[in-house]
Amino acid sequence: MSMPATAHEVTAVHALESVWSRYVFSTDHKVIGLQYLFTGMAMALLGGFMAYVFRMQLAFPDQVVPLYGLVTAREYNALVTNHGSIMIFWVAMPVLIAGFGNFLIPLMIGCDDMVFPRLNRLSYQIFFVSAVIILISLVVPGGGFGGAWTAYPPLSASAQYNHTPWGAPLWLLAVALEFVAFLLGGINFTVTVMNARAPGMTAMRIPIVVWMIVIASLVFMASVGPLVAGAVMLLLDQTVGTRFYDPTAGGDPLLWQHLFWFFGHPEVYVVLLPATGIVAEIITVFARKKLFAYKTILGTSIATGIISFFVWAHHQFVAGIDPRMAHLFTITTLLISIPIAEMLFAFIATLYGGSIELATPMLWALAFIAEFLIGGVTGIFLGANATDIYLHDTYFVVAHFHYTFFPIGIIATFAAVTYWFPKMFGRRMNETLGKLHFWGTIIPFNLIFIPLFLTGAAGQHRRIYSYENFPQLSTPWLNQLAVLATLALIVMFVFQAVFLVNFFWSMRRGEKVGANPWNANTLEWSAPSPPPHGNFAAMPTVYRGPYEYGVPDRELDYWPQHVAS
Amino acid sequence: MSDAADVHTAHVPLATRRSTTGIPTARLAVWWVLASEIVIFGGLIGSYVMLRLHHPHWAEEAAHTNTIAGAFNTFVLLTSSLAAVLAHQAAEARDGRRAARFLGGTILGGLVFLVVKGFEWSHEIAHGFTIFRDVFWSYYYVACGLHGLHVIAGMIIMAIVAADARRGRNLHRVELIGIYWHFVDAVWIFLFPLFYIAK
Ligand code: HEM
Ligand SMILES: [Cu+2]
Repeated sequence: MSMPATAHEVTAVHALESVWSRYVFSTDHKVIGLQYLFTGMAMALLGGFMAYVFRMQLAFPDQVVPLYGLVTAREYNALVTNHGSIMIFWVAMPVLIAGFGNFLIPLMIGCDDMVFPRLNRLSYQIFFVSAVIILISLVVPGGGFGGAWTAYPPLSASAQYNHTPWGAPLWLLAVALEFVAFLLGGINFTVTVMNARAPGMTAMRIPIVVWMIVIASLVFMASVGPLVAGAVMLLLDQTVGTRFYDPTAGGDPLLWQHLFWFFGHPEVYVVLLPATGIVAEIITVFARKKLFAYKTILGTSIATGIISFFVWAHHQFVAGIDPRMAHLFTITTLLISIPIAEMLFAFIATLYGGSIELATPMLWALAFIAEFLIGGVTGIFLGANATDIYLHDTYFVVAHFHYTFFPIGIIATFAAVTYWFPKMFGRRMNETLGKLHFWGTIIPFNLIFIPLFLTGAAGQHRRIYSYENFPQLSTPWLNQLAVLATLALIVMFVFQAVFLVNFFWSMRRGEKVGANPWNANTLEWSAPSPPPHGNFAAMPTVYRGPYEYGVPDRELDYWPQHVAS
Repeated sequence: MSDAADVHTAHVPLATRRSTTGIPTARLAVWWVLASEIVIFGGLIGSYVMLRLHHPHWAEEAAHTNTIAGAFNTFVLLTSSLAAVLAHQAAEARDGRRAARFLGGTILGGLVFLVVKGFEWSHEIAHGFTIFRDVFWSYYYVACGLHGLHVIAGMIIMAIVAADARRGRNLHRVELIGIYWHFVDAVWIFLFPLFYIAK
């Protein structure tokens, strides 16, 4: 039946177009921020599923894993590798830096968008392609890359060794594209904060989380370059057949370790800094107190960023480095814990004597401080070369870095999502479900990883797919700990459903709130919720720092940055 | 008629025109791009130097690179950078046509550079000095190749900028592409002694 296009059809087409331009090809920093957030959340489910599969294999060796099947040794390696890569490159970075960086920076410094909105969209698109490539790399002939997220040659350099003729190059290509996306994003963030601030937003009035995202972007930009060069060489080794990392031809596999960890260690701080920034914003709001020692925190984050470039070889204590070098890197590694500790002390001082409200975001922020502390303290054992030589590549290491990465990548993210949710969608998340989800995550988290400290200290080596093949590494007690960790993991996953329900239900049905439900000071709360494209009705002017809570002689216990008096 | 959707898509951010530091936004961005490029080439050149120190025999391999061709190319690149400076000067004087002509000169310089490089490579490959021969040659081809890609990218962007400048549009970009070209030049100033002179 052919009929002239009705007005109705025309509107439908128009609406369709605007859905595309509004949600898919938008240049609005908030939409791009949410795209990163949602992509990161989806990838977290995948990375988590991988953890479930290989933990099941460890607890119940060579039995069929529900929802997956039998796990072969090669699949096990691919799962561990891609779990790690995905969690760091496709979850922590996109959510913390790109997601919240995009969403928050223009709102918090008082402007309407990033200085390069189209570049911003391009960076998400490149990131998206990189995510698709890493997914493809899992299903090509030969399967996904299994050389660990550190991709040490010679294992990673030749399909002859790793048996993944497609998986390895695709993995590397995906990581490289992801780097390009974050380089573009980092340039955009840095220039935006330098040049697009609202009148009155001086350097010392910028909210700490914005500072930390900028410092993180700079650290990323400065550390990733050598690895890009190293990755080009590795890609050529894999595909063309050069032998940059082959000692029999004059190459050097240790070169890769240096290039990788020169990036890899600062990378921890690239994700750590935005996470601590988020926590700082939240504790000051929910303690109703001025952030303790703003300038010191800023100074310590810069110091952390700088020192992070001088610690990389602590990952190579067992790689046969000169003992004098090992001492040097032990010292720098222990040094870096000083600024980090200072930062945590400043947080505790902020809490001290505050009128603390234990809303869900605050619970997450406090949990961050507590759990990250465990990660930090156990890091001292690994940073000292003498103890690391024993603990290296045991489950102690796995437990240690999850006590740092889980707070960074997961706890801080939940803190941020529950805190800024009202700004994103104009509605509040449900508190009861929020607290249920909180306890359902935190308790199992500790039950997963405390056992792994024990198995590691007992000498159980990581990256082994079945301890049944290594009777000297397993005892009934260690097996029971593995079962405990795995069951706790399953409990934790079940509780993530609570979060998903809470999130999507509250998006549409949650309690409607005004622009500033937490009575916070920073500029994003002066924009409508959710802010329209362009953010502010009129460009704000800034009169004071972001943390004026409980100022004596003021009637209200907060004093927003944009309110003249 | 202006419905909500049109307003939505027509939004042009104020952020792109603000300048809190007083430095133009685009220039800041170019400097950051170069900073991140410096560390990429830094990693490559730094690791080459470290390995070279461990392998004195690479000097014999380096003896097979053509110093005269390299020196000629250095001269060509430096001259093309001069043309980029003159283009910038013309753009400052708001003479877009003149700026475009000088940029054309720079592009020509890039072209000559690549042609010479092409002859060098085909000659070397024909004599068995391929990328597989030795890690020295791997570095040679990768470092020069990466640099060459930067030359090609610069030429393409410069052609776009020149076409704009001829019509008097976006004259400030003439300076930006010039800054990039000086960087490409500077990288070559490192590659030339490392691969052609230190024998
Ligand atoms: C859901 C909770 C998680 C569990 C149960 C879990 C468990 C594990 C286990 C058992 C390993 C393997 C260790 C080995 O065999 O060497 C591993 C590796 C790893 N995980 Fe997790 N993980 C979780 C979440 C995360 C998060 C949130 C991150 C980072 C943001 C992360 C980053 C890594 C990294 C980098 C590796 C190393 C991979 C490699 O060696 O190639 N994990 N994880
Ligand atoms: Cu490290």
